[in-house]
Amino acid sequence: MPAKFDLPQGTLDLLILKVVALGPVHGYAIAQRLHQVSRDVVQAPQGTLYPALHRLENRGLLAADWKQTETGRDAKFYRLTRKGKAQLETESASWQKLTEAVSLILALSEGGAE
Amino acid sequence: MTWWHRVTHLKKMEDQLDNELAFHIEQLTADLIARGHSAVEARRLARLELGGPEQVKEDCRDARGTRWLEDFFQDVRYAVRTLRQRPGFAAVALLSLALGTGATTVMFSLIDGVMLKPFAYRDPSRLLRLWEQTDWSTQFGSLWAFTYPNYLDCRQAVRSLDMAVWEVNRGTLSEPGAAEFLDGVEASHELFPLLGVNVELGRAFLPEEDKPGAAPVALISHSVWQRHFGGSRDALGAKLIFDGHPYTVVGVLPAAFRLEDDQFDVFTPVGQDTSQGMQNRGAHAFRVWARPRPGASLGQAQTELTLVGQRLAKQYPDTNKGRTFVAQALKPDVGDTKQTLYLLLGAVVLVLLIACANIASLLLARAVSRGRELAMRAALGAGRGRLARQCLTESGVLAVMGGALGVTLAAIGIRPFALFWPGGLPRAQEVQLNWRVLLFALAVSLLSGLLFGLAPALRAPARHLEQTLRSGARTLARGAHRLHGTFVASEIAIAVVLLVSAGLLGRTMMRLSALDPGVDIHNVLTARTALSPAALADPERTRAAWKYLLDQVRRVPGVEAAAIVDTVPMRNGSNPINYSTIPTDFEAGHEYPTVLANSITPDYLKVTGIPLRRGRFLTDDDRKGTQSVVVIDDVMAQQAFPGQDPIGKPIWIAIGPDPAIVVGVVGHVRQWGLAADDQSKWRAQLYYPFAQVPDKLVRRWSELMSIAVRTGIDPLNLVEPLSQAIRGATGDQVLYEVNTLEHLATRSLARQRFLLLLFGIFAGLALLLACIGIYGVLAYLTSQRVPEIGVRMALGATAPRVMWMVLRQSLAMILAGIVLGAAGSWFATRSLVRLVEGVRSIEPATLAAMIAVLAIAALIASFLPARRASRIDPLKALRQE
Repeated sequence: MPAKFDLPQGTLDLLILKVVALGPVHGYAIAQRLHQVSRDVVQAPQGTLYPALHRLENRGLLAADWKQTETGRDAKFYRLTRKGKAQLETESASWQKLTEAVSLILALSEGGAE
Repeated sequence: MTWWHRVTHLKKMEDQLDNELAFHIEQLTADLIARGHSAVEARRLARLELGGPEQVKEDCRDARGTRWLEDFFQDVRYAVRTLRQRPGFAAVALLSLALGTGATTVMFSLIDGVMLKPFAYRDPSRLLRLWEQTDWSTQFGSLWAFTYPNYLDCRQAVRSLDMAVWEVNRGTLSEPGAAEFLDGVEASHELFPLLGVNVELGRAFLPEEDKPGAAPVALISHSVWQRHFGGSRDALGAKLIFDGHPYTVVGVLPAAFRLEDDQFDVFTPVGQDTSQGMQNRGAHAFRVWARPRPGASLGQAQTELTLVGQRLAKQYPDTNKGRTFVAQALKPDVGDTKQTLYLLLGAVVLVLLIACANIASLLLARAVSRGRELAMRAALGAGRGRLARQCLTESGVLAVMGGALGVTLAAIGIRPFALFWPGGLPRAQEVQLNWRVLLFALAVSLLSGLLFGLAPALRAPARHLEQTLRSGARTLARGAHRLHGTFVASEIAIAVVLLVSAGLLGRTMMRLSALDPGVDIHNVLTARTALSPAALADPERTRAAWKYLLDQVRRVPGVEAAAIVDTVPMRNGSNPINYSTIPTDFEAGHEYPTVLANSITPDYLKVTGIPLRRGRFLTDDDRKGTQSVVVIDDVMAQQAFPGQDPIGKPIWIAIGPDPAIVVGVVGHVRQWGLAADDQSKWRAQLYYPFAQVPDKLVRRWSELMSIAVRTGIDPLNLVEPLSQAIRGATGDQVLYEVNTLEHLATRSLARQRFLLLLFGIFAGLALLLACIGIYGVLAYLTSQRVPEIGVRMALGATAPRVMWMVLRQSLAMILAGIVLGAAGSWFATRSLVRLVEGVRSIEPATLAAMIAVLAIAALIASFLPARRASRIDPLKALRQE
């Protein structure tokens, strides 16, 4: 089993937005998706998932409806609002920039060691 | 889901949160089972994975953004619960708060209705009143009512203003129905459009009706429509006779219509009036109201008015020299009601403050005895802010409940209170509970909640947790002790202020009631009398009509003497005129001494019982054509002829060109009423015979005359026979404003009596609250010291010593309060002296008496806890440890 990382501060929100952007989805599915997509590398404690969902809903980035699942059970489905979509775009862009900058710096120092 | 929605659906939100988490666990469990775990194991793992369910829920609630509100609801529920646990405290606190906020709310709604609310006209803030202004001053100041010619010139020349004019025109409405003397108005046709007032029925005046020779038309008030026309639509087009002239009714005004504060009953077009006054640039009787035209500014209007003034001053130097025109905002004139209201507002705020201090000290006592509970909660991790907030919520709940009760009291009490106002509250119809008043009441409640909640709240987070927890409930922090002392002392101080004010007013009432009005007030009836318009046609007929009327009056059984007089003592209205002891023609702009002139018939002395000091009184031989004579009072004798015998001396008065000879001196009459006379500006009086009033003034004087009758029986029994007797051949002579002198004397002290009554009630309330405060605080402090007292007694302290120990504590508070209160009283009594006529600075005896009342009451209140302390059983007390 690979070693698990704690999520850096603030990235959980970004990941949730990204997952929800694919289509309406309930909390359990979000947890599963995060789990699978990150190939079990990223450890999002499920206890922090729901407060994060509620916070995003409160900020108007997510909206929620109660709908039936395929198994006929009532569940709360989250979807992205227009505001959430915009937020996702700016945040992923800035994340992209940050990681590029970080890898650039890392590459530099490696080159120096050679 | 909006924030508001989340707040209003808390229960649903909680259910959904439960569902959501349950769903997660179910799904996870199912997956784990699918992967091969046993059902029990899967459930355990799923729970573990999610984390503590309550913890997650708390975090979710925090994320919702409604957390503080949920806490708030919780605090409110908690506060209500604690209040219900102590019904005695809750009742005292709520009642005193309700009285405090209720009384404050009543005062504010009176101030709001009487002073702050604009007139009920269209766009009232833009309405102006125009005045004539002279560059010199008379005894009445430098502002004058308009003359009609000046108004016409202003209206023509000033482009930036819409103007209307009106003057009071009282008279007898003799048909249809029973004759009645009414207040009428002559108004220009612009008045109603200018004010934006629509008639209830019919129409207002047409421009062409506002001209000499036009068909005579009249508007009537709603109440005249009801009384004289039975409220029928047939009133339109019907005929009425007002002041001897026939008019056709064209409209009815709405019931609520007022000019300034006054209700008028008959309105006629001013342009139809062809009497001499209309052409006279010296007859200042007209009120001019105006409104800037759209786009025009006040400055523009003022410039134009000044220009007209300068032009007219050149054109008509005799009347208009030094005279210009000014515009002022049209505002209600409520006289001394304003001062009374502010005095009462001050008093009720003091009562409210006492209530607050009282509740604060009781709450503080509780906060201190709950110190251990609070320390425990702080130790368990409750934030200090959170604890303080909870304390404030408790006092807030108390305050809002008290405020709601207070508003209810105010809503019930405000009408009766306004009716109870001495002499009628001006603009009483405007007084009501509106949103402004409710907002005020809410603000007052919250502010007082903050006031009495702050001290306990600030104490809430105990500073030395471990000490508090270790020490048990019995020791008392030094700071809390001092705070208690402060609260009690300030309660006492405020009670002293109110008591001393009430004492001062009481003393004033005693002094004023004992004053001699200068007339024998028993068994005298006075009433204004309107002669038949026909009798006013020429001076001789008028004089004959008065003579005939007095003869009729004397024949009424029970009448002992009868006279006519223009200014009745202690009733509103006087005739101040200038006089001189050297020849003069009374030019404008020169200062002359002023005397209150009374025009009377000779029997007036017999009717009123005014004492004759020297010489003779007026007789029937002082007639037109004989030497003009006057009788003066001793104040004028002092003022005009100090150290000389005034009999036989000539004086010049502004009524005729020839000097009058002083033939007698009589006692002073308190013309301005018992309270006001000693401090009034003009006190000197003179009497001159109505028979010697110049012919050209007889008509004007006759419109002002009253009859005064001395009776052998209860004067009120004579009202009906007298009304019958004076009715006259045409049946259109009526009495109005009927009063006994006794009533007028009482009424002249009405404001003082009213203030005394209210200050008395407030002072009593303050005394009661302060005593409850002292008792509560001492009982609490003593109960905290029970073990200590037990030790002392076990060591040999006697009961009196213990009592003294407790009493000493309260004496210190009482003394501090009295010293503070005495200082505050100085300010309070000074404003009373300034604002209420008849009040003089306080005598030391009154001050001492009021302070003694308070000290005794406060000592009695502290005696009970002290006695209880002295009866403590040392054994039991020590075992209590």
